[in-house]
Amino acid sequence: MHENDNAYESLAEAHGGEARWAYGTGFDDPLAGVDTTVPAGVDARELAATCLALGDDALVLAQRLASWVSCAPELEDEVALANIALDLLGQARLLLTRAAAADPSLRPAGAPEHIPDEDALAYFRDPDAFCNVVFAELDDGGDFAAAIVRLFVMSAWRLAIVQRLAAHADPVLSAIAVKAVAELTYHRDYAAGWLVRLGDGTDESHTRMQSAVDALLPRVAELYAADPLSAVETDAVIDDVLSTATLVRPRTSRVAIEGRAFQHTSALAELLAELQGVARAHPEASW
Amino acid sequence: MLTLHDLGVLRGVREVDGAIVVDITPTYSGCPAVAEMRADIARRLHQAGYPRVDVRIVLSPPWSTDDITPHGRAVLAEHGIAPPGPAARRTTPVPVRLGVRIPAPMCPRCGSADTAVTSAFGPTACTALCRCAACGEPFEHMKAI
Repeated sequence: MHENDNAYESLAEAHGGEARWAYGTGFDDPLAGVDTTVPAGVDARELAATCLALGDDALVLAQRLASWVSCAPELEDEVALANIALDLLGQARLLLTRAAAADPSLRPAGAPEHIPDEDALAYFRDPDAFCNVVFAELDDGGDFAAAIVRLFVMSAWRLAIVQRLAAHADPVLSAIAVKAVAELTYHRDYAAGWLVRLGDGTDESHTRMQSAVDALLPRVAELYAADPLSAVETDAVIDDVLSTATLVRPRTSRVAIEGRAFQHTSALAELLAELQGVARAHPEASW
Repeated sequence: MLTLHDLGVLRGVREVDGAIVVDITPTYSGCPAVAEMRADIARRLHQAGYPRVDVRIVLSPPWSTDDITPHGRAVLAEHGIAPPGPAARRTTPVPVRLGVRIPAPMCPRCGSADTAVTSAFGPTACTALCRCAACGEPFEHMKAI
């Protein structure tokens, strides 16, 4: 093989021979070369808050989905959930990078200087600085029914939001949103397919899906409080798929705590401890 | 060989004040190969005698499988990956598709149309898993987006 004909060696070389390219370098900047000037007429702080919220939702849900790797019911679904997590992680990287570029004050003070903004935001904020919806952080407890209902609702809701944000005045957020539409359509339809298959399946699968629906659907109120404009479209999709799945939508609604207001359950702290542990313990790590 | 141009990932190459500026677009938001692609482009240009290289990300318009060239499609098929059909035109709101989520493609090995999609998600974000009933082989299919 030609000397340095390996893309991974090129990566290390491109970063001055350092092996530490996967974490803690700017080489992998997902917005490299993108003009991140906030256009006139767009409130930079508001834009940053929007990006941070949607970025946190994606990061936290990606982490929850990743926990299914090695224990999903079938290999194909493990691959599917991992792929969905990867799409969401990609969206999170773009959104967190965009958020910090629009409002540099978001970067946590305790983050090591050498790491890029996306890593500073992901690894060096404490739970009370995250604004993901609580709906995304709840532990599904290894219950595939709960994982599917949550993924379906989150995907339908997020799809409604990004379709609207495609017309946002910030060209960077607009481009991220347009790209996310195609990805979220796949996620939603994958989850909807399982909802129908299990909801309209055996007595046992129906019962378990209905339990997950009963536990999670009342919490949709949190999503609509966070983004009222998405409610009509999301509700229509939920009602359509649940009725095809012969599942009954509970009419109760509860918003106990709101993630957008930086309120969280203990599940988020546990999730972040796992997500952030290595980066915090070894901020100079290389591999 | 399948190039970044064949995949529709390469959006443009130009010279700006003696530096080579290359625009690329990621396939999926989470495509983990973007860093490798950027490093590889820089390395090739350095080898070709261009010391100053700037590889930039372009997000808009988003990548579509419609951007894959006819040569790219032929090379994918040669490597056992069924190339994508035309991408669906997007409407708002996007209708829910239940049941068969993507149309089964022609088998890239034996050409049979007697195939089925076994999983909408494959070993990479851009592919689905399929199986051919005629030759019995599994194969990958690049999803149209």
